[in-house]
Formats: sequence, structure tokens, C-alpha cells
Amino acid sequence: MRIITAHHPFFHPVAQRTNCRDTATSSTTPFLSTPATILYCRCAYAQVVPSGVKNDVLQKLCDSDTSFETVSDLCEMAAHRDPRLQAIASCGSLRIAACFPRAVKGLFQQAGFPLPADTEILNMRTQSAQEIADALLGAPALTAA
Amino acid sequence: MITHTHRPLRVVLYEGSGSIQLPAESRAKVMMALLDKGYTVTRSGLGAPAMPHDERNLLVLGAFEGKAPALEDATGKISIDTCDITGLEPDAILALVDKSRGEKTMNEPGKWKPWFPVIDYSRCTNCMQCLSFCLFDVYGVSDDNKIQVQNNDNCKTNCPACSRVCPEVAIMFPKYQAGPINGDEINENEAGREKIKVDISSLLGGDIYSALKDRSAAAKSRFSKERSPDKALDERKKCLTKLVGDGFIPADVLASLPSTEEILKKAVIAKAKAAAALAAQ
Ligand code: SF4
Ligand code: SF4
Repeated sequence: MRIITAHHPFFHPVAQRTNCRDTATSSTTPFLSTPATILYCRCAYAQVVPSGVKNDVLQKLCDSDTSFETVSDLCEMAAHRDPRLQAIASCGSLRIAACFPRAVKGLFQQAGFPLPADTEILNMRTQSAQEIADALLGAPALTAA
Repeated sequence: MITHTHRPLRVVLYEGSGSIQLPAESRAKVMMALLDKGYTVTRSGLGAPAMPHDERNLLVLGAFEGKAPALEDATGKISIDTCDITGLEPDAILALVDKSRGEKTMNEPGKWKPWFPVIDYSRCTNCMQCLSFCLFDVYGVSDDNKIQVQNNDNCKTNCPACSRVCPEVAIMFPKYQAGPINGDEINENEAGREKIKVDISSLLGGDIYSALKDRSAAAKSRFSKERSPDKALDERKKCLTKLVGDGFIPADVLASLPSTEEILKKAVIAKAKAAAALAAQ
């Protein structure tokens, strides 16, 4: 029997990766900010997102080496105020592939766990899969300490 | 219908050391199969941080070549199962996950549609018109007198009628087809949004906030005007019948209306709640 914790490679296979809640270090030079947590919403309970786009986005995420989170349906989670929405909202930097940003923000707020203001929300109802995958997998912005 | 349940499992698709990487196509197929059945999946890879783990049980899937490791949570709070998926097709993997979930219930896609109003608080002016309009007690008032969606299970599937009565276009139904009800950006002209009428001179030299105050007073007085309960009932019915006629809401919403007595009772309660909240603003 092996013991694992939240820092186990099952969640963080790269040893030097920072934890989701970690903030940037106090370096005085510009640095790559902590990578964003990526969340993909499948919209499985009433499929208002075009299936071609959502399949392609998922395929492109799977083609990459990146870690990512997927949920079956954010609306379904918000309906019962799933505490995992809080875990997601606490991730700091976030990129979400779902639908209209106003709706996604509203769902989190209504569930009691508002998203951080700088959350990037990609809209699978209106944007192309390529555009969304580029935004999800793109490098984090350079920020000054 | 189970609307108030928590996900029984967090599934982790593990491809780190000790396991074989799945081909990208198989990885996507496995994830699609699990997501479409209602599960949520963490893909444990490189680069981006994973969500912190929570109170749910963990199921770790990996191509462990027959040697799935036995694992135990250091905090002792979460049970961890590991499953070897070497050479398995998505259906067989789904069956393994179902088995691991056991008797624990969850909503299943296709059997229930998450349908309820979502308020865009950046637009909502707390006028309480939705509270007064809805006959199914979906709306309520929070302790700090703010409009709230309190009973989303009461909402009638595919009925977005209350979004039409909101003067601020602040009510969304994310599963609706068309904008702005689905959360799409609002074209203020098309929305016919009530604009604040200000005297230009008050804008140039005066106090814009007095205009806002006047507007809020006007909203309160609209509510405080005595409306006969019969008239209110008629108005709602007329409005709902028209919305059914337009194909905007499903016909079964009319069929499931409460009795006249109940509607009148609800109208009185909703009016009192709205008036109290508005007075407290
Ligand atoms: S948030 Fe948008 S994409 Fe996700 S389930 Fe709801 S409607 Fe679908
Ligand atoms: S009708 Fe619209 S603006 Fe008025 S309280 Fe309801 S959501 Fe807010």
C-alpha cells in the first residue's frame, strides 16, 4: 500500500510544478506566471454546444501533454451547488472552455463561488475549436513581479 | 430526478510513471465516454495545475499492465481505487467506473435537464419583477434583501418566461438556444432596455445619482400601487398563454399551473416579499 497526498504525481506529474493555489514567487525579474488550470465543460445534460466543436476541443487537449480538468456539465453542477465549483473557483488562474462567458460567470456566482475576475472563458457555442485550443494551451502571459 | 447529489467519484486518468501513455485518440474516446455518462475526469499530464482534490472518492485509471498500485490517502479521508485499463475499450472502462461507483446515485445525461434561471447580477437592479411573476416559487429574497434563485428544481423545463419580464435582461437560461437568454451579449437597442431618463443639465453640472434615486423610487411606487389580485392573475395567465402561442414556452407549463386559489395566495406572498425587500433597499 502506498500513501498519496494532493501533491502526489497522480495530480502533479511534474515535480517542479506549483500547486494550483500557489502564487508567484517574489522575484524581481519578469517571469512566466503560474500556468492556468484548464477546465473543459462537456455540456452533456442538454447539448447546446455543437458536438463537432466540443469533440475537437477535447481531442486537441488530449493530443497535448497538458493536464486538464473536465466536467460533464457545469449547469448540472450549479443546479445542486456542487462544492467542486468552489474547488475550481479557488484555482487562481483559470481557463474554461464552455459557453457564453456571462452564463458561465453567472452559474458560479449563483452557486456561491464566484470566479476570479481574470478567468478566461472560451465559448464553444461561437468560437472555433482551433481558436479555443490555442487559447487554452497557449503560454501564460509574461508578468512583472 | 436527483438534483441535489454530489458527484460520487473523481476519476483521474493517470499516464505518469508506472503506466503506459494512451494514444491520443484512445484518451479522447475514454474521456468522451465517461463525460457523456455524467462523470468528471482529471487528465493527469504536464504543465497546467490540477484542481485541488476534494472530499470525493478517487478512482485512478491507468494502463498499469496488470500492476495497478494499491494506494491510500495520507489524510485517511478519501478512499482511492486504482484500475488497470490496459487494452480495454471505452465501453469496458465505463463499466469499470460504473462498478466502482456502485449504488451511489447521480444524475444521468438524457434523463434530466438542468434548467433554471441564472441571474446576471451585473445587470440586475433588484426590482423583484421576476419574484412577482413566477408562479412556481423559483425566486426568493436573500437575508440582505437581494433577489435570489432559491428553488431551481421548481422551474419548468424549457420555460424561460421570466426572462421576458425582466426589464434589465438579467435573467439567463444557459441551456436556451437563442441569445440573449442563453447568456449571449446584449444589444442594448434590441433589448429595449429601460434607460434612465436624465436631464442633460443634471449630467453636465448636476448629480446623476439623483436620477438613479428617482428611478428606484418610481419602481417602488409601481409596486406599492394596489393591484387587484384578480387582475394580477389575469395578467399572468394572459402573458403565459401568449408565450405558449408564440412557441416561447412549452404548453405543459400552462397545464401545470397551480389552482386559482393557490395562485392568488402566491401572488399575495410574492408581493409582500418584494415590497418588504424594496422598502428595505
Ligand atoms: S456552462 Fe454552458 S457549456 Fe457548460 S453545461 Fe452549461 S450551457 Fe453547457
Ligand atoms: S426582474 Fe430582472 S432586474 Fe428585476 S429582480 Fe428579477 S432579475 Fe433582477
